[in-house]
Amino acid sequence: QELTFLSKQEILLAYKRFSELLPKEERENACSRRVPKSHILTLPELRANPFQHRICHVFSTSESGDDSISFEDFLDMLSVFSDSATSDIKSCYAFRIFDFDDDGTLDRKDLEQLVNCLTGQGEESRLNSMEMEQLIQNILEESDIDKDGTINLSEFQHVVSRSPDFASSFKIVL
Amino acid sequence: RDSQQADIKYLSRWKKWKRNSSKSVKKILSEAKGLSSYLVLWRHHIHKIEGRFGTGIQSYFSFLRFLVLLNFIIFILMFSFVTLPIIISSYGIFNSTIAKVSSKNIEYNCTIYEPSGNKGLVYFYTYLQDLLSGTGFLEVTSLFYGYYATDAVWISIMRYNLPLAYLLTACAYLALSLFWIIKRLVGGFKQNLVHDADPFQSYCNKVFAGWDFCITDPNAAQLKHRSLKYELQMDLEEERQKEKIAHRTMKEKLRIYSLRIFINIIVLAILSGCFYSIYRVTVFSQEKSSDMNTNSQASLFVQYLPSIVITLANFIGPQIFSFLIQFEDYLPASEIIMTLIRCVFLRLANIGVLMFSLWSQISDCAADKCEPCGYNYKLYPCWESDVGQEMYKLMIFDFIIILSVTLFVDFPRKLLVAHCSCKLVQWFGLPEFRISDNVLEIIYGQTICWIGTFFSPLLPAIATVKYFIIFYIKKISLIHTRKPADKPIRASSSNLFFLAVLLIGLVLAFIPVGVSIAVIPSSKACGPFKNFNTSWEVVPDTIILKFPKVLQQAVFGMASEAFAVPFFIVICLIMFYFIALAEAHKRVVDQLKEQLVLESRDKMFLIRKIAEAQRH
Repeated sequence: QELTFLSKQEILLAYKRFSELLPKEERENACSRRVPKSHILTLPELRANPFQHRICHVFSTSESGDDSISFEDFLDMLSVFSDSATSDIKSCYAFRIFDFDDDGTLDRKDLEQLVNCLTGQGEESRLNSMEMEQLIQNILEESDIDKDGTINLSEFQHVVSRSPDFASSFKIVL
Repeated sequence: RDSQQADIKYLSRWKKWKRNSSKSVKKILSEAKGLSSYLVLWRHHIHKIEGRFGTGIQSYFSFLRFLVLLNFIIFILMFSFVTLPIIISSYGIFNSTIAKVSSKNIEYNCTIYEPSGNKGLVYFYTYLQDLLSGTGFLEVTSLFYGYYATDAVWISIMRYNLPLAYLLTACAYLALSLFWIIKRLVGGFKQNLVHDADPFQSYCNKVFAGWDFCITDPNAAQLKHRSLKYELQMDLEEERQKEKIAHRTMKEKLRIYSLRIFINIIVLAILSGCFYSIYRVTVFSQEKSSDMNTNSQASLFVQYLPSIVITLANFIGPQIFSFLIQFEDYLPASEIIMTLIRCVFLRLANIGVLMFSLWSQISDCAADKCEPCGYNYKLYPCWESDVGQEMYKLMIFDFIIILSVTLFVDFPRKLLVAHCSCKLVQWFGLPEFRISDNVLEIIYGQTICWIGTFFSPLLPAIATVKYFIIFYIKKISLIHTRKPADKPIRASSSNLFFLAVLLIGLVLAFIPVGVSIAVIPSSKACGPFKNFNTSWEVVPDTIILKFPKVLQQAVFGMASEAFAVPFFIVICLIMFYFIALAEAHKRVVDQLKEQLVLESRDKMFLIRKIAEAQRH
């Protein structure tokens, strides 16, 4: 419990929910099992989230790259998303989630994919290219301090620390 | 975990003990926090609403919960200090007795006061009418000011000065509300003040913090997607419009400004029309209700006339304002703000006009109407109870309207939309849950409660019950009949907005209560302040009678100019100091931002150097 930001009740609740995701026979030693990605995505908290795949990818520690989640990964995830996590940790993980191509910076392509995730799936819910250009231009103007066309971790953390809604929106409570 | 365990081996014993004890303290604290989270009212309900509808609507319900708690605390305060001593003494618990106020030195005419009470056989219908209008049997209960005609309550040997307690409790509840609201406001304001330095954050805020990770329902997620898209498009649109405005020609500017002035004149005309009609209706209703036979149906209607007119004005006004604002060609954000300001002004000023018209009636001293007593004693032998009754009627009517609108407008509309597929009905669609309208509604109710509590000490209890029921009604109505508003309001700014308007309402409530305590002579026919000129006189009298000489001089010294002027100057200096401090902090923030830029440039420089060195 010392490693996470969760309280004892929350950890027990998480254990219960995690073991529900496993098929019946494997529930005994849920602590050592890995749940495949498709099962995790049935959780109601993740089901409606447009960043579900990225979240699974970021928190999964599986070597085979199949994005399966063990119980410790699950706790990790809940701890970062909990109310009591510091904003440093949250912004660090948010950066990793938003970095779609995993290159350590948020460039124009990442931002474009991010905005598309936000506005919804499907063709008619996307912004047209002129608006997208204008929007990405504005974002980079606001956050790119060294004017290199990408947003690195410290710029991202700087921008997010001044954003009043980040702490309240970047949380999941079971 | 491994690294932590490795650390432990190298720590000395003292540090180990310290770490263990801090760990156990943290454990105890977190257990206590877990327990206390169960006690928070409606925690589960609000969490569900947050999941389905997002944080904007959830902030409305948290606000409602805050008001329920506030009203409950005010009620406990008033009840325990004012009503409870009287109840204790009327049952003789603790060997207590009452000393009633004797009407010595008062002109006889002023003390004639015959509330109708319960005389003999009456129809059941009269009970209902009395319940709704606060007259009759309700007038003589502890609900209204007139009941508290006691001078002191003797509990064993202690003398409990009831008039003083009444006055001080009134001041206390106003001060408590002020303190609590400011405390909540300051928390959100602190963040805003620092961030205000940089208005360029809106896009990043929307994109990086825009998605509410609490949403669990796919429908709500759809809604959120749409609202995010709408918001981003609106912002981009606004930016393009700003560009356009910057390039406006002189002629166009003149045209737009003259149009705006014209529309503002229309708005002012509408407002003054509302105020005048409220004034006339209140005067009419007050005069008629004392003449009329109280058993007729029409008299109930006449008594409720001011409430009806105010509610109509509150309903029609915002519609007209949102229609007119389209012609003024503001930026979309400014449009919303302008309309909100006008609606707030309308609602609060309506209450102000009502209080003013009541006051003018009570102190109407033309033709010697108030000769011996200082107020219009023929029409208002006990004017505080009358004012209390008006507030009571307003509150009941407000509650009835909210109930009936939900039951008789929203649910049939939903049934109609679900079952009838004709074009007109589908175009009307489901009503939206407009957060600002709902919030203004409950702030209006709360202002009435604050004003009314001085005249009717049990009113906060009614308000608590009213808001409690409204919570469930709104929740059911939200889940079953409404779709959330398309125009999203950010959680951070809306909390501040609600609290700021609530604060304005509280300040507005100070004025009638202050005027009633200090300016208008208290009624000589009822109430605890019979022997005093104005209600406030209790305080100087008690000081003169009870306090030792030294303290008296100190207190009177504080109230004099010799103290007040230097005090005011000191307060101004402190304020300037804090403003200067805030400026300095802003500058520091700017400097740190520049440093961040330099830092990354340094990093690039170093990387280039390394790359060069590697090449050689």
